[in-house]
Amino acid sequence: MDFTFWDILRNLLLAARWTVLLSIVAFVGGGIVGLVILLARVSSRHWLSRSAELYIGLFQGTPLLMQLFLAFFGLPLIGIRIEPWSAAVIGLTFCASAFLAEIWRGGVEAIPLGQWDAAKSVGLHYVEEMRLVILPQAFAITRAPMVGFLVQLVKMTAVTSIIGFEELMRASNAINNATFEPFTVYGLVALIYFAMCFPLTRYARHLQIRAQN
Amino acid sequence: MNYVLDFGWLSQALEPIIRGAFATIFLTAVTGVLGIICSILGASAARSRLPAVRRAIESYVELIRNTPFLVQLFFIFFGLPSLGLRLDATVAAILAMTINLSAYGTEIVGAGLDAVSHGQREAGQALGLRQRHVFLKIVLPQALRVIFPALTSQIVIMMLESAVVSQIAVQDLTYEADMLQARTFRAFETYLVVTGVYLALSIVLRRVMVAGGRKLLAGGIS
Repeated sequence: MDFTFWDILRNLLLAARWTVLLSIVAFVGGGIVGLVILLARVSSRHWLSRSAELYIGLFQGTPLLMQLFLAFFGLPLIGIRIEPWSAAVIGLTFCASAFLAEIWRGGVEAIPLGQWDAAKSVGLHYVEEMRLVILPQAFAITRAPMVGFLVQLVKMTAVTSIIGFEELMRASNAINNATFEPFTVYGLVALIYFAMCFPLTRYARHLQIRAQN
Repeated sequence: MNYVLDFGWLSQALEPIIRGAFATIFLTAVTGVLGIICSILGASAARSRLPAVRRAIESYVELIRNTPFLVQLFFIFFGLPSLGLRLDATVAAILAMTINLSAYGTEIVGAGLDAVSHGQREAGQALGLRQRHVFLKIVLPQALRVIFPALTSQIVIMMLESAVVSQIAVQDLTYEADMLQARTFRAFETYLVVTGVYLALSIVLRRVMVAGGRKLLAGGIS
């Protein structure tokens, strides 16, 4: 079978949908888990914040590939049936949660102490204080690094091809094996990733410049 | 389900794990040195008077920062031979890692150069130093001191990302882990141990670089 340039491009673009989907799912999932980690990290209970710090350090100090392998081979051991897709989602979600929690922690710590005092003095509970005063401000000032991390996350999804998830990178390996045109295939793949990441990078920079003024 | 973790294989596996760890350290060390040099060159070229040079560096940085390392690695290892440039796997890995690290490093070093106040440069020129000496003896040491923590983090990140070079059969730590788990059928335990080794390497690398950086750059401007 012969592959034309358009066949290659079309197949790559179809596979890129899975890259986009995985990035979105991991970003949302990582945001939810990351919120829990953040609350533990900024807690005044020493053991809680210490464990959250350890959690973040573990994910930031080990390769993503190892985290994915551990999810892929570890979850079946505790009786959870797992496929490449679920291993990729779980691995990336937990990894993203650590990075997002660390970004948001920077935001929470940048909030002036007066805000905490003010929230307490109007009689807000811890939960309300967080929900109404602290977190909205922390999220607002960390918007640029959050988008920056999303770029990183899109690039991280390429590693899930190694545990067998059929996203853009894995599709490109298969197409390369069929066409023997690695220069074209990997060149196109690079351009597709670039097309996904570059607008986000620009947006992150825009947010950062706006935040500085 | 009852699964008992078994680390009995570990005593025979120490040798490949240590060998793999040294390969990863070697890749990181070579890339770190080459990457820092290229980053300094890149950052000064990005501040060149020639707009064409500035634009070329800018495009390089954006292209690398917006594509995955794995794609860059595969493009260099599988793609370049069709242009007649066939590279050994280890050379391809070092090349890909250096190109990747230098893109981030160029931005980091550039931020450091911008942080050195203009008066420092003018003072050097007023003393009659050559342009080259002003840069090497006055501006660069101060810039490096500011950005050394960020550079350290980037090199640690590069070491962790280098796990994927096992995919082009470079015999690094991950490669040895893949081989071990195929032999022992203890995939989870193998990757658990190797993940621990990576964690230790990243902690030690950070400590060593911080200590080394303090020694090299504290007196700095001699």
